[in-house]
Amino acid sequence: MLNSYRFRRYKNKLFFALCLACVIIAIVPLVSILVETVVRGASQINLHFLTANVLQGGIGPSIQGTLIIIGLTSAIGIPIGIFSGIYLAEYGNNKYASNIRVINNVLTQVPSIIVGMTAFGIIILYVTRTYSPFAGAVALSFMLIPIVARTTEESLKLVPNSVREASLALGVHKWRTTLNVVLPASKSGLVTGTLLGVARIAGETAPLLFTILGSSFFFQGFNAPMDALPLRIFLNSRMNTAEEQAAAWGAALILILIVLALNIIVRVASRGRNFRWTING
Amino acid sequence: MDKNMKMQSINLNAWFGLKQALKDVNIAIKPNAVTAIIGPSGCGKSTFIRILNRMHELIPNAKLTGQVLLDGEDIYAKDVDPVMIRRRVGMVFQKPNPFPTMSIYDNVAAGLKLTGAKKGRNLDEIVKASLERATLWDEVKDDLKKPGTSISGGQQQRLCIARAIALQPEVILMDEPCSALDPIATAKIEQLVVELKQDYTVVIVTHNMQQASRVSDFTAFMYLGSLIEFGPTRDIFESPKNPLTEKYITGEFG
Amino acid sequence: MMRRITGDKIFQIAIAAIAASALAILVANAYVLTSGSALVFDTFGLDFLTGTSWNAVEGREAFGVLPYVLGTLLTSGIALLIGVPLSLGIAIFLAEMSPKKVRVPLSYLVELLAAVPSVIYGLWGLFVLRFWSQNYIEIPLNQYLGWIPLFGGTPLGLDIFTAGLILAIMIIPTIASVSREVISAVPNSIREGAYSIGATKWETIRHWVLSYGRSGIFGAIILGLGRAVGETMAVTMVIGNATGPKAMVSSLFDQGQTLPSLIANGFIESPDPLSKSAYVGAGLVLLVMSIAINVIAYLMVTRLFKVKGGAVE
Repeated sequence: MLNSYRFRRYKNKLFFALCLACVIIAIVPLVSILVETVVRGASQINLHFLTANVLQGGIGPSIQGTLIIIGLTSAIGIPIGIFSGIYLAEYGNNKYASNIRVINNVLTQVPSIIVGMTAFGIIILYVTRTYSPFAGAVALSFMLIPIVARTTEESLKLVPNSVREASLALGVHKWRTTLNVVLPASKSGLVTGTLLGVARIAGETAPLLFTILGSSFFFQGFNAPMDALPLRIFLNSRMNTAEEQAAAWGAALILILIVLALNIIVRVASRGRNFRWTING
Repeated sequence: MDKNMKMQSINLNAWFGLKQALKDVNIAIKPNAVTAIIGPSGCGKSTFIRILNRMHELIPNAKLTGQVLLDGEDIYAKDVDPVMIRRRVGMVFQKPNPFPTMSIYDNVAAGLKLTGAKKGRNLDEIVKASLERATLWDEVKDDLKKPGTSISGGQQQRLCIARAIALQPEVILMDEPCSALDPIATAKIEQLVVELKQDYTVVIVTHNMQQASRVSDFTAFMYLGSLIEFGPTRDIFESPKNPLTEKYITGEFG
Repeated sequence: MMRRITGDKIFQIAIAAIAASALAILVANAYVLTSGSALVFDTFGLDFLTGTSWNAVEGREAFGVLPYVLGTLLTSGIALLIGVPLSLGIAIFLAEMSPKKVRVPLSYLVELLAAVPSVIYGLWGLFVLRFWSQNYIEIPLNQYLGWIPLFGGTPLGLDIFTAGLILAIMIIPTIASVSREVISAVPNSIREGAYSIGATKWETIRHWVLSYGRSGIFGAIILGLGRAVGETMAVTMVIGNATGPKAMVSSLFDQGQTLPSLIANGFIESPDPLSKSAYVGAGLVLLVMSIAINVIAYLMVTRLFKVKGGAVE
């Protein structure tokens, strides 16, 4: 009976039901996270909450800090990452480039807490000597650069060689060919890859723990601690009052809106194109 | 070495890694004439033509020995800048490849803009003149801002010719320019090739013998990397000296 | 005349130098981890790896990372135990079973799980999952199976188990999406061969498709494991924050600590160079563990899975 056709068909249906159940089980946490964040966080959102400092019960410094740190990190990490990617794609047919590629892949797997310690050990101990947004940006750049380098390389490799040949045959130097012909041709892939990288680092907390520490106040210069949304969520989650914990949910709502917005923009912009990025590995 | 020749290959040998693609090829290209290179697949004709504008060396593991003369001077001599050679020897490829992110206008102007040659020149005039020369002007003059890829295949190929012409090369190389096109577009380009020889020297690789006999003044027949026979097109097609040539001409192989 | 210009060479060297940033980052990490942990290894030697105390009080300093290595392995193990079957089920569903219309939105939803920041997972874990876990899993297990040491103790919801559970959720998108690609890449001829001898769809998947893609799926699992080992914030917020010998858990429901959570909890406040060095040492151990996992996995894939599968790196 165990091998009868009917039993096998029944097994077939059973296992498919199980697989579907797996999908549903996985979606439940996602739905729960989104629902809880909205429900618990939305009640916090008002103008005061968004603009007051932390002592006054707001998350203004956190929002400001997140924007500042994203801006600083992007300014450092995106150009370095893109040019690294250009090198790997267009000039990368040698041992040095292979090694760099391997290193970039390894770096995307380094735990973020270690990145934080490294930034602390190098920038804070030797350069700024205090907690600093610059150190935080460097820490996040350590994470952003390998991501952007890899997505840039992959985008450039998608540009057909005939385009390069056409430009070189005209007598255009290789570097101008790369910058003026190949790079524009890969623009959409570059932008989506970079946006995904930025979305990833926008939500990172561990590298910021040891570099900008967190603060109740708005930006106080490059030699002082600063706040950021992920930090605020973490710090407030450990506090005991209901107001502070509720503020954590409010901050979570803002953060998740930013991150999801970035992700959705990327998806919409790359609709119909045939690539899949995993943001992690 | 013939001082009257525009380009000349002397004892040219070429390899991809260990595989030899060209064996002792000696061909002289006459100025203001159309020279066709014919032969079956794998005979080395595309390799040869890419040596003429130093595109061959862009392939990893590509090597060559021998000389290639342009106006009597070896383009492979030490200290010669390949980029400068490519500005004097232009190329049109098998599959039309206009720059995808540029308009028709920008495609034609691209060579000038990107090689710094646009200074002090009137781009509008040059673009118009190049498109006219490529017999494409009338068809696109109202649509110059449209993307270079928005026109038909045959038009794209003429756009590529206009793009090459805009730089005022001395030689135009064409690597099977019509093989991706329909018969009508092909006919237009063949006509254009014959007109172009007034101002340029043209070398055209083709697997289509009839095309070679229609457009060219001289024909080189290659086989397995060697030059089998070279001469005026009429002679090659009507009275070939080498039996291999005759076999190819009559369609026995290839 | 013809001249050689070096504009291209300059550009090439310049961007090659920029690409060296990756090397610089790697060196920075290595330098900080080794020089920063030198002090603690000099002081305690290998006892640092086997000890269980964690005491920064002057005169009674003792630092040992064994409990946290254990915590890291336990939580990651639970994450794999729960997460891998779920991920495979999802991958099979999306690759083989789902109607085309549903496939893209569903896989998008699964990948969206990866976009949620870790700290938000932690927040949710702290205020929501913790109670689910406590009330629906831990307390029943403790009630009926509490005589097994693994399920003993007092389940409070903030413990090794919940940390493992949240890690499982977090690694699902990684394992599922890579596995889905691996399964999709299995050539149709394999499936057709199975169908032609009368196998059902499920049997085809189980016996042919999965085994063809097993090295790729194994690679996906290793990727997920790597993520689980390095994950910091979510774990820190739900694991209960135990230190010292208490952190050598005997039950899944004990408060525990992983290497990342230890560092997150204590690095900033650590009062003196020796304890700071201890945290850096923990970081070094963590990095070595991550690398070891990847190396072992690489060796296993190249040795065990000799049949060429549709591997996706």
